[in-house]
Amino acid sequence: MAVLTYGGAAYEAAPGETVLEALLRQGVEVANSCRAGACQSCLLRAACGTVPPVAQKGLKATLVEQGYFLSCVCRVESDLALEPAGGLEMQGRIVGLERLTETVLRVQLETAAPLEYRAGQYVTLCREDGLARSYSLASLPGDGTLELHVRRAPQGRMSGWLFDEARADDAVHLRGPAGDCFYVGGAAEQPLLLAGTGTGLAPLVGICRDAIAQEHSGPIRLFHGAVRPAGLYLREELAALARETANFTYTPVVLEGGEGEGIATGALDKVIAGAHPKLGGWRGFICGDPGTVGVLRKKLFLAGMASREIFADAFVEAPR
Amino acid sequence: MSSLYEQLGGQPAVDAAVDIFYRKVLSDDRISDFFEGVDMDRQIGKQKAFLTMAFGGPHNYTGQDMRNGHAHLVARGLNDSHFDAVAENLSATLQELGVTQDLIDQVMAIAGSTRNDVLGR
Repeated sequence: MAVLTYGGAAYEAAPGETVLEALLRQGVEVANSCRAGACQSCLLRAACGTVPPVAQKGLKATLVEQGYFLSCVCRVESDLALEPAGGLEMQGRIVGLERLTETVLRVQLETAAPLEYRAGQYVTLCREDGLARSYSLASLPGDGTLELHVRRAPQGRMSGWLFDEARADDAVHLRGPAGDCFYVGGAAEQPLLLAGTGTGLAPLVGICRDAIAQEHSGPIRLFHGAVRPAGLYLREELAALARETANFTYTPVVLEGGEGEGIATGALDKVIAGAHPKLGGWRGFICGDPGTVGVLRKKLFLAGMASREIFADAFVEAPR
Repeated sequence: MSSLYEQLGGQPAVDAAVDIFYRKVLSDDRISDFFEGVDMDRQIGKQKAFLTMAFGGPHNYTGQDMRNGHAHLVARGLNDSHFDAVAENLSATLQELGVTQDLIDQVMAIAGSTRNDVLGR
């Protein structure tokens, strides 16, 4: 008889019973729908214990790596510690603040203990008074400090504080990491397409550097879109990375004003389609404002990219 | 005699079909408007559940689920012509995957049996 722990309580699972059946039978509410391993409504995470491969079939590699599985097709073989999602809060402090443009601030943080994360995931930054906002990680775990790119939101409380008042050594808390938009090794020759707008560049830079560090050998194509050239940032660093990395290219894209600056002009999705009309066999990462992410996700899919190879993170702005 | 679901290849067959099917549906001007602005990951999950059912596989769908799930689309004008367009895309997907006509006919019969529920009649 295997034991399932969930939400601080223990439940027994009968032989042959699925995790979902065992939990439902004992009155635990777990979202579910098809109960056939298809719809993924019943996704849970095994923090401890091993789930059979069949329970992770069809899931994105990033979810598999974090222990997520489909409870409706997971027949219990041994004890499991289960959780819906989440993480822990950690003490940290600001160690660097650098304006990259008028509206983008590079924030560097240190934590009391090393944060375990993947480049491209996001953390929730909490100020001492409890104000909290989520930002993607542009750094790699080996960098020592955590790097966030913060856009100054109109009347934004956290971004306003970081831009105008915060100083090095100020204390903060961090929650997370979370998110499944990150690089997973194992297909080193697969071409990668990364595209985003605004500070969507933060996770994409992290993912590119992570892929390069893991010796990804296939093409890595990064596109960064902005309305005007002033909205682009890290151009020098990315151009330098492209010069020293044979399989990496960086294409800045603007809607207007980019003539003569070595910048592509046009809608981001059209520029990508012009460069890469067929995307069968590619893996894609898309980050930035929800409108652009929605359009790009659909365009990449229609250009032949498999749905499970598309990793997206839409930045939803907090209500003011 | 193995089941229709087994003959089609089970869950791997659903996985192989779902992208091809959804790509056809999204590219079809007759019906693509109904999918404007929907969350793609969630939609693909739903399409998998639907294909699993149409392939004769395990499912939990009831006629009432079909009605509830499509009521907002019926309110926007979903009718027989749209149902036919989706069915056409499903059939074309199976042909593309090299499924025999006999099995395609069986899948289309299951899919067709949902017509009145989907259209809220």
